[in-house]
Amino acid sequence: MKRREAVAFYTCISPWIVGFIVFSAGPILASLILSFAEYSITSPPVFAGLANYRLMFAGDPLFWHSLKVTMIYTFGAVPLGLVLSLTVAVMLNQKLPGLSLWRVMYYLPNVVSGVAVALLWTIIFNKQFGLLNWLLYKALHITGPGWISSKQWVLPSFVVMSLGGGGGPMVLYLAALQGVPTDLYEAGQIDGAGSWRRFASITLPMISPTVLFNVVTAVIATFQTFTSAYVMTNGGPQNASLFYGLYLYRNAFRYFKMGYAAAMAWVLFTLILIVTFVLLRSSSFWVYYETGGKGM
Amino acid sequence: MTTVAATSGVPTRRRAQSARVLVRAILLLLVAAGALFIMLPLLWMIVTSLKEQHETYLMPPWRLPAVPQWRNYLTALTDLPFGRYYLNTLTIVVPVLLADVLANALIAYGFARLRGPGKDVLFLIVLSTMMLPGQVTMIPVYILFSKLGWINSYRPLIVPALFGNAFFIFLLRQFFRTISTELDDSARIDGCGYFSTLWRIIMPLSKPALATVAIFSFMANYNDFFGPLIYLNSNEKFTAALGLQFFQVRRGASPWHLLMAATVVNIVPCVLLYGFAQRLFIQGIVFTGVKG
Repeated sequence: MKRREAVAFYTCISPWIVGFIVFSAGPILASLILSFAEYSITSPPVFAGLANYRLMFAGDPLFWHSLKVTMIYTFGAVPLGLVLSLTVAVMLNQKLPGLSLWRVMYYLPNVVSGVAVALLWTIIFNKQFGLLNWLLYKALHITGPGWISSKQWVLPSFVVMSLGGGGGPMVLYLAALQGVPTDLYEAGQIDGAGSWRRFASITLPMISPTVLFNVVTAVIATFQTFTSAYVMTNGGPQNASLFYGLYLYRNAFRYFKMGYAAAMAWVLFTLILIVTFVLLRSSSFWVYYETGGKGM
Repeated sequence: MTTVAATSGVPTRRRAQSARVLVRAILLLLVAAGALFIMLPLLWMIVTSLKEQHETYLMPPWRLPAVPQWRNYLTALTDLPFGRYYLNTLTIVVPVLLADVLANALIAYGFARLRGPGKDVLFLIVLSTMMLPGQVTMIPVYILFSKLGWINSYRPLIVPALFGNAFFIFLLRQFFRTISTELDDSARIDGCGYFSTLWRIIMPLSKPALATVAIFSFMANYNDFFGPLIYLNSNEKFTAALGLQFFQVRRGASPWHLLMAATVVNIVPCVLLYGFAQRLFIQGIVFTGVKG
């Protein structure tokens, strides 16, 4: 019986095992090996030692530049998105009328394709005829910048655009907020805690696992930004929005430098692992788990 | 003494109450402002799609067109073979959807219900692949498909779905675990094997979760840009998302009215699906995000 069950278990998960080997584990290993080679698909790979990594760290300013662009964007978009989506969730959680309607609206941009969003924002950011500069002029009498056509403003533009996607994490925060037991608030009220105190000492700790989850997924996603950059600016102006993912794509599928691109992918992978690890590790200081165990 | 306290207590209470009403009104206003920030671009997209070209340069930007130009939609959709692009998209999205529902149900059933050596470790690996950035595996996988001669075909976009997806496995496994095992046991007594238990008991009881998987699968593949971009290179094989971007490349961004008409058409299926199934959406997101 037990043996039969084990056989059934492995039969059930066998598609995943095959898929894991062919599409995850194998390729991870292959790209690590490839990162020490020169390979253009048409001719066989040539072992190149550390040449790809040496070029990347010492001989390719665009590598560092694309990393910088991605970091700036991440440090802008992730904290702002966190604060904004949490704020809206907290406001919605005050039993405001029309909760489900607001939630539907806030989440809406998340179901629209990346290309459609990118095209829409391309014209919103238009310097002369775009919606944003018109609003700025009407409301604040500011003559807006060129946004995505300006070297200084292109990254802030991407950050502004990313805020439209805040509905995704917001839905999660809202669910977490609704899961906070009300007797905790009542106890806080009896102890004389004001609403700010109750938020800081009850709400935040209770929803901190969700904060962690959202931060980790947001960082991983922003590190991989591609579609919006490809469609809206294609890295411009003057490489000011040359995101890491875009530069990696160019190396792989424009210049067919597969070995170099694989090395770049591994650097990205390592960075994501480090950031995730640091976030998870630090979480024992700021994430509260009710059961005492580790979440996620 | 008590009467004094009572009478002086009423106005303060009323004041506190009206303060609370005011706070809620302000909150509501802020929430509405945020919703406007989200909705305005989408409304503007529709307005722009109905303008004549010269009207797109008139201020204010949201001024309604003198006469709505419905034929913009026809022009935009026939300028490139969009009909074909949408058919192409369906030939990818439909088989992937079926594979996603069936393969992941099977795999998730194994993880949720059956015991076997190494199960916990294997499930941990499933979870960790959710965090795996696509860029790391994309190059060898691309090379594999190009060696198989699959470039410029739909196979690289369909075949991987047969092998499950960590996110869906996780979602379904979580759901399956909420179903009472007593049902499995009584099915077993009635002579059901493992697979007919899955098919006859678990899957019918999991319709909401399976529908969520189907919806997410449809959305992800309908909206996918990167996969079609690297695997499809001949024009007549393009998907809708790729065709939309190609439209912008070919016509430039300047005929905004046509570009926005094509964009509106592109987002309609997803927005409609979302409108009809938004409860499943929210449940699906919450399920995978919170109940980790």
